[in-house]
Amino acid sequence: MGEIRFMKGNEALAEAAIRAGMQGYFGYPITPQSEVIEYLAAEEPNHDYTLIQAESEVASINMVYGGAAAGARVMTTTSSPGYSLMQEGVSYIACAELPCVVANIARGGPGLGTIQAGQGDYFQAVKGGGHGDYRQIVLAPNSVQEMVDHTILAFELADKYRTPVLILSDGAIGQMMEKVELPDPIPYKPNKPWATTGKTHDRERNYITSLYIQSDDMERKNISLQKKFRKIEEKEVRFEEYMIEDAELIITAYGVTSRTSKKIVDLAREAGIKLGLHRPITLWPFPSERIIELASDDKVKAFFSIEMSAGQMVEDVKLAVNGRKPTFFYGRTGGIIPTPEEVIDFIQKKAGEL
Amino acid sequence: MPAKGYVEILVDTCKGCGLCVANCPTQCLALKQDDTNVFGYHYSYMSDPDKCIACMNCAVMCPDSVITVYKKKS
Amino acid sequence: MREGYEVIYQKPKTLTDNKMHYCPGCIHGIMHKIFMEVVEEMDIQEKTVGVCPVGCSVFAYDYMDVDMQEAAHGRAAAVATAIKRMLPDRMVFSYQGDGDLAAIGTAETLHACNRGENFLFIFINNGIYGMTGGQMAPTTLNGQKTTTSPLGRDKKSMGSPLKMTEMVTPLDGVAFAARVSGNNPANVRKAKRIFRKALEIQQQNIGTQFVEVVSNCPSGWKCTPVESMDWIVEQSIPYYPLGIFKEPGK
Ligand code: SF4
Ligand code: SF4
Repeated sequence: MGEIRFMKGNEALAEAAIRAGMQGYFGYPITPQSEVIEYLAAEEPNHDYTLIQAESEVASINMVYGGAAAGARVMTTTSSPGYSLMQEGVSYIACAELPCVVANIARGGPGLGTIQAGQGDYFQAVKGGGHGDYRQIVLAPNSVQEMVDHTILAFELADKYRTPVLILSDGAIGQMMEKVELPDPIPYKPNKPWATTGKTHDRERNYITSLYIQSDDMERKNISLQKKFRKIEEKEVRFEEYMIEDAELIITAYGVTSRTSKKIVDLAREAGIKLGLHRPITLWPFPSERIIELASDDKVKAFFSIEMSAGQMVEDVKLAVNGRKPTFFYGRTGGIIPTPEEVIDFIQKKAGEL
Repeated sequence: MPAKGYVEILVDTCKGCGLCVANCPTQCLALKQDDTNVFGYHYSYMSDPDKCIACMNCAVMCPDSVITVYKKKS
Repeated sequence: MREGYEVIYQKPKTLTDNKMHYCPGCIHGIMHKIFMEVVEEMDIQEKTVGVCPVGCSVFAYDYMDVDMQEAAHGRAAAVATAIKRMLPDRMVFSYQGDGDLAAIGTAETLHACNRGENFLFIFINNGIYGMTGGQMAPTTLNGQKTTTSPLGRDKKSMGSPLKMTEMVTPLDGVAFAARVSGNNPANVRKAKRIFRKALEIQQQNIGTQFVEVVSNCPSGWKCTPVESMDWIVEQSIPYYPLGIFKEPGK
């Protein structure tokens, strides 16, 4: 049993990064994730990592690039507007195939938006927010415990696939306090022969680049990246389900709305509605295969994507369902978490029309 | 009297920029006006080899590092 | 080799055999060479990690035989910051042009200098965007014609050229600041001594080293390489004076 503490989501993420052997943290304060950099700044004297409060999110993500390419475990965290600023860097990191962890403790947008929680960054996270054909692994924790577990997992997946891994959380989970179990520090021994650590006499020079000026080279690079993405899609899909066995109506929800959705399922069951929950944990790779399976099940009548957005993940649900069953969307924006009552009303109304 | 020094210029990597020629204090280099290398440049050559004093100015200025300078052993 | 002679100058082994893509007579090649000579003479090839920018020297990693990273446009200072912080015993440098360091990357440049990041900036200032075809740079001289200042840079609308070395010199984090050129053999030799000095300061871990190189662009300036060196003397150096602006203990 690991150490038990009562922690804020953002602090739990920071503590997990330390225990995962993070060597460099580069960040810029932004609400509602500033606790991460504050926690790491307070803890820095007790550990071996380096922390820089950068001049901007643009600098942060490029420090992550440099640190990752130098072979270190590195991370940055931010919130929505800051994550927008990082998109160029993420594209470079994906193409240069550098392992790193980024967390977006999302808030409501667009624009400067609100500092309340939001899920409007889904498209940006899973469709490639930056330029060019790339993907990144996206983990969506829905509890403080998962802020810990996903952070550890993110560092492992990043190294395994030499890819950026995004933890897409939100201000609600970042700010909430819960009991967590922390793992013992993980001994981390980097084995990165490709890293730019100085050209020793026994090898050629290493260089890290995302520049492939010849069309043939660029296409070859893209083919190899796509191959890697297919492998990730095959191996790394994660999801969780609740009361799905006999469900006729299925909610799809991730992050904070997947928490309320559990309560919605319970309330619906009390009212005799056979509702179940499918919760993607990896937003990319998306659990499309599982949703196809569910949509092909005769007893399943409809899907309901519940989000704190104007309708984003619902597009991926629809792509998977592919017209087999009606797929509805219910969402709130501005940082408002849909209440169980309004969601149940919506589901009952729509189910009545089926 | 044999020259104090001489230079060797890699013909096919010379870009004919003329910086070596312009910076040779004894004017012993020139660009070959009646010939070009594989890339079409009028390459540099020792037009007056006896005058070389092995000062290395030409090689110091050569952006493409194609000049090797030799000096008479003392 | 002729009998009775010995080699006294040759290409450093720390440069690769790749043919450089730079235009004939470009000072980039001279600076690559002398910097790599310093790396060879200090015997630090195994410890050196460089960062190249977006701009003409985007392919510097093809020529310098040391580990290198290619940074996004303007971000070399942030990238170099992290490399040095993660690998404090390596010798780290960024190699950047004026568009990269003084326009899109000004914030990263100033903040790395202000934090006193212990790496060497090699700042190649030729007053023009070479790679994209000769547009105006933040360092283009007043009155100088480029494709985006066809009538000459007008300081009323475009401001005057930025003097980066003068800007970073007063910052506490900067330990060493100098401006050199590559326009003649004496200045090239001086530049080499300055690079060496900068790297020795890096070994002392006392602050950022910033070396600006007044450079040329015969293609963008539409002149011969030899004429471009004259232009440096007549136009560039009067505005961008050479010398050591700051050094430890002085
Ligand atoms: S070494 Fe000096 S004298 Fe000889 S060719 Fe070169 S510049 Fe001229
Ligand atoms: S300086 Fe070098 S490249 Fe230029 S002409 Fe002389 S030998 Fe050729």
